[in-house]
Amino acid sequence: MNWKITAAAVGAALLASTSLASAEGELQIYNWGNYTSPEMIKKFETENNVKVTITDYDSNDTALAKIRQGGHGFDMVVPSQNYIPIWIQEGLLLESRPDEMANFKNVKEDLKNPEFDPGRHYTVPWAMGTVGIVVNTDVYKGPINTWGIIFDTPAELKGKVNVVPEMTDVIDAAVLYNGGKKCTGDLEILKKVRDTLVKAKPDWVAMEYGTIQKMGSGDFAASSDWNGSAMRQRLANPAIHYAYPKEGFVMWSDNIAILKDAKNVDNAKLFLNFMMDPENAGMNSAFHRYANGIAGSEAFMPADMKGAMEIEVPEELKSIAVPSQTCAPEVQELYTKIWTELQK
Amino acid sequence: MARAFSIRRQPGFTTIAVACFAALYAPILILVFYSFNAGTSLANFEGFSLRWFEAAWNNEAVIEASIRSLQIASTAAVLATVAATMAALATTRTAPYRGLTFKYAFINQPLMVPEIVTAVALLIFFSRIKVFTGYSGLGYLIIAHTAFCIPFAYLPIRARLESMDLTLERAAADLYATPWKTFRRITMPLLWPGILAGLMLAFVISLDDVVITNFVKSGGQDTLPTYMLGQLRRAITPEMNAISTVFLLLSVAIVTLFFFASRKQS
Amino acid sequence: MAAVAQTAEARARKDVANRWLLSAPALIIILFAAIGPLFIVLVYSFLAPGPYGDVKWEFSWDGWTSVLFQRDIFDETLSFADAHLSIFWRSVKLSLATTVITLIVGFPTAYFIATRRERDRDIWLFLITIPFWTNLLIRTFAVLEIIRNEGIVNKLLIGIGLTDTPIQMLFTDFAIMIGMVYVYLPLMVLPLYASMEKLDFRLVEAGYDLYATRFNVLRRIIFPLVKPGVIAGSILVFIPSLGAYVTPSILGGGKNLMIGNLIELQFGQGRNWPLGAALSIALMVVVMITLLVYVRNAGAGGEQHHG
Repeated sequence: MNWKITAAAVGAALLASTSLASAEGELQIYNWGNYTSPEMIKKFETENNVKVTITDYDSNDTALAKIRQGGHGFDMVVPSQNYIPIWIQEGLLLESRPDEMANFKNVKEDLKNPEFDPGRHYTVPWAMGTVGIVVNTDVYKGPINTWGIIFDTPAELKGKVNVVPEMTDVIDAAVLYNGGKKCTGDLEILKKVRDTLVKAKPDWVAMEYGTIQKMGSGDFAASSDWNGSAMRQRLANPAIHYAYPKEGFVMWSDNIAILKDAKNVDNAKLFLNFMMDPENAGMNSAFHRYANGIAGSEAFMPADMKGAMEIEVPEELKSIAVPSQTCAPEVQELYTKIWTELQK
Repeated sequence: MARAFSIRRQPGFTTIAVACFAALYAPILILVFYSFNAGTSLANFEGFSLRWFEAAWNNEAVIEASIRSLQIASTAAVLATVAATMAALATTRTAPYRGLTFKYAFINQPLMVPEIVTAVALLIFFSRIKVFTGYSGLGYLIIAHTAFCIPFAYLPIRARLESMDLTLERAAADLYATPWKTFRRITMPLLWPGILAGLMLAFVISLDDVVITNFVKSGGQDTLPTYMLGQLRRAITPEMNAISTVFLLLSVAIVTLFFFASRKQS
Repeated sequence: MAAVAQTAEARARKDVANRWLLSAPALIIILFAAIGPLFIVLVYSFLAPGPYGDVKWEFSWDGWTSVLFQRDIFDETLSFADAHLSIFWRSVKLSLATTVITLIVGFPTAYFIATRRERDRDIWLFLITIPFWTNLLIRTFAVLEIIRNEGIVNKLLIGIGLTDTPIQMLFTDFAIMIGMVYVYLPLMVLPLYASMEKLDFRLVEAGYDLYATRFNVLRRIIFPLVKPGVIAGSILVFIPSLGAYVTPSILGGGKNLMIGNLIELQFGQGRNWPLGAALSIALMVVVMITLLVYVRNAGAGGEQHHG
């Protein structure tokens, strides 16, 4: 009698597991953590009768590594613009031609033909923003608009500063702090960059991604961070301020694309088109608090985002903004080596 | 007359032991306590509420991950126990033969190799197979779990088998019962508590696994532990406490069952 | 006579063959999903890293040399990879500390349980196993909650007046150690208890009859008798803590890496699979050596217990 029960249990479990694996009407999205509006996803699910599953990643490198190894099971991914040429070149993205889709007309004019994806054959804008500094002004009252907060930490913040371990962001910041230009291959400057980073690390308390919660709970008093995340922190605690470092800061954009080996290509295409609708883009922005690249979406974004200093770069600072771009492979390698050394 | 001198007493031991128990339970109890927090903070208790349990219940990702965990655990536990039972029968109550120690070491390997090493190995191995066959379902997770659950199921079964008296089986043979019948009517029922113990052990071990699952899973295949790991690294809210509490209750229930079952027949 | 001997031998051979058949499923599954893949890791450690992760199928010593050596990025000087060595050393230190602390705390606890009345022991065992069955993440999370700046411990310390500002405990090596002690404590207590349960207290009584002090009895009689349990417990704590990855990841804040984290890094941001593979094999070798040393030390006595 034991065998019968055993056999039945095994059979039932196997049956159930296979049914989970081959469901119809599915979409597997691989995206940054905490970056997709659940409301918006529900809307897509109901409108198209598709079940959406979102899996998180923390960094561009993790996403690239995971997809590169194959057998991942995802349909869509949301890389940053400076990585997209790499994705395209490695043949990982499907040429889905968003520029031929119905809603393409809604994409903002100046984003219709970007350098990293000419003619928008692969990607659709998801969100854009800047990298800066976020500080809990209850703990530190001094000037916060400098990368010195993380590279030359003031006394009150020593041992309370976090640095989000996104390699490109951190190295770019260190390069700008040492007076260099983004993507510079100048060995002199890179040596200073390496030394700055290694010297600053002992003053950091952690290198983690979960800034929203940990700034809120007081585990961190300051951090390098992205602007939307900073805005969410300020809304929870008005003492937390975002600042654009005076040495220069990077403007980035994340863009969603379909993977070459996606299993649910039709649903993915539906989703791309869906994301180019102003109402949906606006709903998404309302969640993650970043600007998006779809014209007309402002009408659907919450009022507090209009004129917020995190969202709209102040006029006088626009000159020190640096657009994100892909660095030459040799430079990229140097950056990776510096980053690895930092990881001790 | 001198006071009773307890030969068992060692100074300070009881204090340390009691402190140890307290220290073991305090963090868990605090965690459970805060899962009923009405506020969002994890430090300030703002009143009693079930809202986080509700939130977890309505969280699709959590429910899906939990179901997936249970599926994998039940399948892997059953498979592991069957394999382990057969292996235990093969390696106990016998004169040493060639390859016995080898088998013993082989079966217990997952206990001796650090999990991260196995996880990395499976990542590399399975991703090649996934690309080659195009299949990326739950099968990989189930096989991986079965593999590391086998030693956990094996040990209690072997222990039980070793403590079983051969005379009953010999008696059956004397009465002209076939080996199969002896096995079915005498060995199995006697062995059953060990098998059950192995099954429960394997089930809990599979349910708990996070390292190997994290490396082997494909898109959308989060189990409850890997989901929690993602959340813990990023966004900790009392919802995590609520999920932990429920998970904890489930584990306690299983262990209690196991405890009473083993107590009954010992 | 010969015929009988022959059939006996044939029966014995058939018995062994049957036993191999019976153990086949377990062996095959483990070969496929546990041991076999380890050989692939070995192969990968001799390949070259691909530009964005994965490997290039060309032979290279780089994986192994980078375990111990590194080239300075700018002046190309070869030096010891102090990054890896310091991470390795930290892991060994923390694991040893964890083992020692769990032994110090676990020994009295196991002794306590073993000296309860027979019918009570089950309950105490039950109590000590419950935290063991609680998921590792839950236990690590519980420790995180307690030692963070706004957590209970700091609140208590400030309340008593021992300190004015919260002591930074989270995201330090100390946090990792506390976390590991908490997680692995039951693994030390259970084998210790198994040994102590078998302790013949008549020997202890004999010791007292010979006017030994309590401490001497502990040192000269009890401890040597339960040595198998001590060894088993130490192994069960040292090895997993050396390869720990979840607990250091959550409690270490990404800054304090242990070997497990370093290995994981190579398969993510580090983009150096061969190095990750080499580090994994190195870790496994260290663990195997430790096991061998311990088991040798345990000698015949150690064989009696099963882990």
